[in-house]
Amino acid sequence: MYPVILKQVSKHYRLGSVDVPALQEVNLVIYPNRFTVIAGQSGSGKSTLLNLIGCIDRADQGEVIVAGQYIAQLPDDALADFRARHLGFIFQNFNLLAVLSAFENVEYPLRMLNVPAAQRKARVMELLDAVGLADKAHHRPGQLSGGQRQRVAIARALAPAPQLVLADEPTANLDSQTGKAILQLMRRMQLEHQVSFVFSSHDPQVMAEADDAVLIRDGRIVSVEQRDRLLVKKQEERV
Amino acid sequence: MNTFSLALRNLLRNYRRSLGTLLAMLVGAVTILLFGGYSQALNLGLQTGFVQSSGHLQIQHKDYFLYGNGNPAAYGIANYPALLKMLKQDPVLAPMLNVVTPTLSLGGIAGNFSAGVSRTVLGHGAVVEDQNKLRLWNDYDFALKPKKSALTGTAEDSVVIGSGVARVLALCAALQVKNCPQPKVEVSKGADAPADVMALSEGASSKVATGRIEMLAANAHGAPNVAALTVVKAETIGVKELDDMFVGLHLSQAQKLIYGAGTPQVTAIVLQLKHSSQMAAASARLAILMAGQPLEVLDYTVINPQYGQITGMFAAIFGFISLLIGSIVLFTVSNTMSMAVVERTVEIGTLRAMGLRQSGIRRLFICEGVLLGAMGAATGVLAALALAWLVNHSGLTWTPPGNVDPIPLMVRVWGEGKMLLTTALGLVGVALLSAWWPARRAARLNIVDALRHA
Repeated sequence: MYPVILKQVSKHYRLGSVDVPALQEVNLVIYPNRFTVIAGQSGSGKSTLLNLIGCIDRADQGEVIVAGQYIAQLPDDALADFRARHLGFIFQNFNLLAVLSAFENVEYPLRMLNVPAAQRKARVMELLDAVGLADKAHHRPGQLSGGQRQRVAIARALAPAPQLVLADEPTANLDSQTGKAILQLMRRMQLEHQVSFVFSSHDPQVMAEADDAVLIRDGRIVSVEQRDRLLVKKQEERV
Repeated sequence: MNTFSLALRNLLRNYRRSLGTLLAMLVGAVTILLFGGYSQALNLGLQTGFVQSSGHLQIQHKDYFLYGNGNPAAYGIANYPALLKMLKQDPVLAPMLNVVTPTLSLGGIAGNFSAGVSRTVLGHGAVVEDQNKLRLWNDYDFALKPKKSALTGTAEDSVVIGSGVARVLALCAALQVKNCPQPKVEVSKGADAPADVMALSEGASSKVATGRIEMLAANAHGAPNVAALTVVKAETIGVKELDDMFVGLHLSQAQKLIYGAGTPQVTAIVLQLKHSSQMAAASARLAILMAGQPLEVLDYTVINPQYGQITGMFAAIFGFISLLIGSIVLFTVSNTMSMAVVERTVEIGTLRAMGLRQSGIRRLFICEGVLLGAMGAATGVLAALALAWLVNHSGLTWTPPGNVDPIPLMVRVWGEGKMLLTTALGLVGVALLSAWWPARRAARLNIVDALRHA
């Protein structure tokens, strides 16, 4: 099953009295267990595309199918539940809840899914350990560096074992060294957890790391580039 | 991390703003509770005063309350000793009774004929020992020092008059009434008075050194009757109209004036209950006992209409203040919650993206509002209790309407469970209402717009 299928998807915004096309008749398939980057200039429509894939926005036309589910058919509450179960989000500004510790931030999606406390604790500690922050479990976001916060955000995104993780320019607010480390971590987590990652980015580092690169311009997909699957297999073996 | 805990942490995150809101709620709660406590103390104080003077209930001849003032003899209760006996022995009523006593009200003319002055008066005949018992009633534990009636232990012809009566009848000097100016105009000579009254006056004047008056009243047959009375004291009564007309007599003396040698009657039987809460039960029982008789039962709120007027006025002021404070709290909490929604727009977008339903966001902000309300109410109640204690122990006094002597200023907050609970729940309710609209707005935010919020 493909994590994401978009068929003839269009999305328009209104700026005052002007109708601005953000996406126009987009067709796209995201393959399972791949590191996919959506690249494009500012205003090209990559964030809109990511929002539609992330089910936090709805298309004006066309079909968006995520994890086998036709998104247009879901009412708001069902869509929220769907996101909680099947999707993880990593944001450019980390968007951790400031009043919660690292542990509690990672635990939050599991609480929404009513996972029992013992299982929650084990899962959270496993993920924090995987991102190298087991010793910072009780630190609040304000006590963590940018890189550490993004690690917590990665752990949080993976907590409910989603089919798809969406990351909106995850390295944009990090220095190049930290960004590289975060990218490597995400790649490792993607392979370990057998999950599809979809990024929006124009960071060359991110684009270089991607399995698939979707180039978007003026709301239309210009090209979809797929790397050698063997390369991915080698990386999987390394991990 | 449940909603309650998350809401609490969010409140603590912006502790300065939360503290400001809390302070507004605290001041609101304290104002409502202190005024409510004062109003309640006034209400119970008035009730105590009226119950001490006229009992909880009175049995009167039917229509005496409406027309009896003009002709008390026509509305007398003839068989009152039997009625008293029945009331005291009734197995249902007797355990509730504190005092049951007859009284006789009458109108007449009091004169100091040796000084050539007279005036119309309202006489009140009562059993002195029973009156003293009535004055001891203090169901609400006020710091009162009840005084015995000045008629205690006096002869049957003794009376107490209002200081206004003493002033008009030129008895201030004889009765040593303070602050009692005498008129500069000449009063008419005593020789103008009827000869028989003059003879009565002169005959009695040598007996006492304090003061003598003669009281003239129409007897049960409409003929004038006169009695020479010894004034033992002039007392100031808080209401001037009454102070200028009051004459307190022994019941037997009042009965002699109205009924002479005939069968004595009374105009009312006063019933004082052990507790005001027994009024409904006592009234119901009396309705059964009085069935078929030309009698009616009136309670102290009917007999003293000013009680309802004063408590009604304070209730209206209390309601107005509560409404005003409720509105202030409503806008304060609403403003706080609206600011929180704006500040946490990205957080709202993040939570929604992660899969929290609209209802979850709504619940979170409403929980914050309710928490603010609960904390405001709790601290407000504690502060009001402390301030009320300070006021009650400050030694401040005031003179309520109709009173002569000042009484301690009381604010009844402690023990007023209903008022405390209503105020606390009211504040929480207002806070919930205030949080509702911002919470609804937060829940309906577009996720993409919320995540983009700078």
